[in-house]
Parts: sequence; structure tokens; C-alpha cells
Amino acid sequence: MPDTLLEVHQLKKVYETASGPVEAIGDISFDMRQGELVCIVGPSGCGKTTLLKCIAGLLKPTAGTIRLADRPVTGPPESMALVFQEYGRSLYPWLTVRGNVELPLRHQKMDAAQRSRLVDDALEAVGLEHAGRSYPWQLSGGMQQRVAIARAVAYHPEVLIMDEPFAAVDAQTRADLEDLVRALHIERGMSILFVTHDIDESVYLGERVIVLSTSPTWVQDDIAIDLAPERDQITTRALPRFTELRTHVYEQIQRAKRGEAVRPQA
Amino acid sequence: MRLTSIGRQLLMTIALPVILLALWWVVSADNTSPFWPSLQKILQAFPDTWTSDRVMEDIVPSLARLALGYALALLVGVGLGTVIGLSRPVRAFLEPALEFLRAIPPPVIIPVIALFVGYSGWTSKIIAIALGCLWPILLNTVEGVRGLDEVLVDTARSYRFRRPTYLYQVVLRGSSPQVATGARQALSIGVIMMVISELFAADNGLGAAIVQAQRAFAIPEMWTGIILLGVIGFLLSLIFRLAEWRALAWYRGLRRSERGT
Ligand SMILES: Nc1ncnc2c1ncn2[C@@H]1O[C@H](COP(=O)(O)OP(=O)(O)OP(=O)(O)O)[C@@H](O)[C@H]1O
Ligand SMILES: [Mg+2]
Repeated sequence: MPDTLLEVHQLKKVYETASGPVEAIGDISFDMRQGELVCIVGPSGCGKTTLLKCIAGLLKPTAGTIRLADRPVTGPPESMALVFQEYGRSLYPWLTVRGNVELPLRHQKMDAAQRSRLVDDALEAVGLEHAGRSYPWQLSGGMQQRVAIARAVAYHPEVLIMDEPFAAVDAQTRADLEDLVRALHIERGMSILFVTHDIDESVYLGERVIVLSTSPTWVQDDIAIDLAPERDQITTRALPRFTELRTHVYEQIQRAKRGEAVRPQA
Repeated sequence: MRLTSIGRQLLMTIALPVILLALWWVVSADNTSPFWPSLQKILQAFPDTWTSDRVMEDIVPSLARLALGYALALLVGVGLGTVIGLSRPVRAFLEPALEFLRAIPPPVIIPVIALFVGYSGWTSKIIAIALGCLWPILLNTVEGVRGLDEVLVDTARSYRFRRPTYLYQVVLRGSSPQVATGARQALSIGVIMMVISELFAADNGLGAAIVQAQRAFAIPEMWTGIILLGVIGFLLSLIFRLAEWRALAWYRGLRRSERGT
């Protein structure tokens, strides 16, 4: 595969804690192509966040390899943005919303006007154009989450990793943000790895849905979502194929929860 | 509503000092003891004691040494505290020693410093003030840097902030509430060290002026020096609080929102 972006090979992660080792990830392997939008679903506590942190170069795997654009990941890669699950704790409380979105752009080669426009565009994209001068702690959870998304969007990464980014937002905003993610993927060709709890969301957004098993975790299923790239909140979700796919994902998650999965043979 | 609440606050703040002063005035009014001159007498001695010459010779050098020593302690304390706070091995290695050094009462280091640079002159006094101020700043900085939220640190890493940006925008600003706590404690220690360092040599400075007045049995003059020190200490802490109020507005807001009010 010439256009492979990400290769996760037999990844294993064991946390050493005071009360003994915790095996968060047993053995995960999958590939992701350049420009692909892949959703990851799995039971709570199965190691999704751990997986993303390993891919983002923030955690060292216990075993296995991760390669990004044909290079082993040893630290946070260039041109990658990560939206943390703990969105509130990822915003700098001493900076305004604008300051937070702008900070990562500081070292990119651009003049102040251009930087300011990127921030404006990103804030508008998440519907927070009026909140720029507020501080994160003055905003609701859902708004904080959108600030974290705006920061990632303004950064213009080639790879975007999002960890349950819409958990705190209301249904209408959530639909808008889902379409924003689709647009980033289609219009900018961004490669996106998206973790969600929501089965419908994974099918609506993804070109592939990877279902993880319970801990010790491996890939339970890898489902191609063969829906047209142009998606629409109303018509796409009403398609019979959409229903089939979500049923399939749902069944896989149920099986994962019951522990009825076969560990892949390496 | 807001104005009246500020007014009430102001009243509350100055009520007790005013009452105490009035009490002092009345109680000491017909005092005949030479050691407890009346407040009226003390205040009358003020203009003659603190002429502009004396201000230049005693107060300005004292405050200048305090400023230099304090600034030095801030620089070294925040710098070293950041290095120690960021590295777990360095911390494990140094922390017991630091806790021990902090337990030594700062004034006893003055004779030690004097062994090397003597009592008189500025050097020993500045070093004494700086060393006295160093520990609370250093230890609080270590605490603040260590307590940085790991998600904030991971965010900085994943966006690949450059080192200076990371150190200033994340580490320093994130630990600034604790640094301020240390700096506030250090300020009162600094004033104490300023006075004590001058008592030993008694050549110039506010502390020296008080000792000289006492030795010359100029008791009302001695009392003016003590009152002046109190006022200076009070003004310094007022300035500090104002600066802190401005710089840490975000922290107050954050705390308030966390308490859900
Ligand atoms: N820093 C840590 N130290 C020790 N154990 C950890 C740590 N982080 C996570 N774990 C454990 O690893 C397992 C996987 O955690 P992880 O957060 O990756 O799961 P998750 O799939 O993201 O969960 P959720 O759906 O709730 O977000 C859990 O059992 C968790 O308790
Ligand atoms: Mg998680």
C-alpha cells in the first residue's frame, strides 16, 4: 500500500500503577490510508484514549510499533492535532478563547493578520465567533469542547485525532460539528481518526469503523462504510444501508461487551 | 449596590486601625514614662527625625537593598524552582535538602554571610535578604510546576510548542498562583531581613536608625522609626496585592467557576 499513513502493529500498553500493572491494550493492529476518516468505537475503558495517546506520541507503547508516514512515532509528530477527551483541562485558563486558539499558531510562518484570520475562521466554524474574548472557565462544557475543536481546526493539521469530541454538546450543535468534520475531510483532505461512543455518529462520519473489544483490547471488527462521500444529516441517516451498517456495528459492540470475540492470530 | 459594598469594605478595613490609633493617643496622652512617650510626642518628632536627608540616607538605601535582594530571590527561586519542578529525579534528589535548608531561620545566616563579606556594606545585606526570600519562592514554585495539569502539558507537547513558549505560556503562567503565594510570604520575610541585616552593622538604613536612636535614648525618634517600618511594610503588601489582583484575575475567575457560583 503506497499511500498508507498510519500503521499500528501489535500495539500493547500496560500501565504500571501503584496497585500493579494494568493492561489497557492487549494487541491492536490496523492501518489507515492517507486522507481516510476512520472511526473507533469500543466499550468504555477499553483503551481508546490510550491508543490515541500512543499514536500521538504522548505515551510510549509497552510493545509493538506505530509508524506514521513511514516513520516510527517517537514523539508528537508534526502537523498532527489532538482534541483531548478532557477538553476542559486541555484549555489554558489564563488565556482567552482567542489566546487558546492562537497559541499553537505562534510558531507557524505567517503574519499577524493571517493568523488572526485563521482564528476567526476556526471560531466561526464552531459557532463561537462571539466568545473570543471570554475565558474558557466562563463557558459551558459544550462551548469549551468547541474551543478545543477550533484550536485543532485553526492549526490546519494533516492528521486530526479526536477523542469523543462531541460528548458535551447539544444535539443540534453536534450535527453541525459532524458536518464540519466531514467538510474538513472532504475539502481539505484531512486524515481523521475519530473516537466516539455513538454508533450512529461513527457510521455517519466514517469511511471505516473499527470496533475494539473489551480489555485486554484488540480489533474486534473493521467495517468499511460504503456510503457515498457526500453525506447529509437527514437523507444519509434515512438510507436502508445506513441502518444495516449501524445494526452491524451495534451487534459487534454487543459481542465485544459480552466478550465473544476471537483474538486475531498474529 | 457595588459602590456601597466597596464603601462598606473600606470602612471595615480602616475601622480597626483608626480605633487602635485613637486608643493609643488617649491612653498614652498623659504618660510620664520616658519609654512610652505619648503618640502626640512621637508624631511631633516625625518631621525633625525624617528630614529629606535622612530619607535619602536611610530609607532609600534600605528599600533599594530590599528591592535588589527580593528581585534576585525571585529570579533564582522561579528559575531553579522550575528546573526542579519539571524533573522528577532532580526533585527526589534535592527535596529533602531543600526542606532542611528552609527550616533554618533566615536571620542566623547573617553571621555566616558576614564571615565572607563582613557586616557592613550592601553585599552582605542583599545576600541576606535574597537568601531569606529564596526558600518560600523556590519551594512554592516547585509545588506549582509539579502541580501543572498533565493534560495542559500534553496539549503543549502535541502542538509542539517551542521551549520558551512552553516555559513561559504554560509552565510559568500555570504555576503563577503558587509563585505568587511564595512571593507574598517572601516579601514579609524580606522586610524582616532588611531590618535585621542593618541591626548587626548599624551603619545606615531604617533598622540601623532605630538602633541608633535607642542607644542615644531618643525614644520618640525610635518609635517614629518603628511606625515608619510598619507603614512601609503595609504599603509594600498593598502594592503586592494590587499587582496580584490584576495578574491573577483569571485564577480568581477559575476558582469561582469551579465552586459553581
Ligand atoms: N494513566 C493511567 N494509569 C493507569 N491506568 C490507566 C491510565 N490511563 C488509563 N488507565 C486504564 O487503562 C484502561 C483504558 O483506559 P482508556 O482511558 O484508554 O480507556 P477509554 O477507552 O478511553 O475509556 P473511555 O471510553 O471511558 O474514555 C482503563 O482500565 C483505565 O483505568
Ligand atoms: Mg477515553
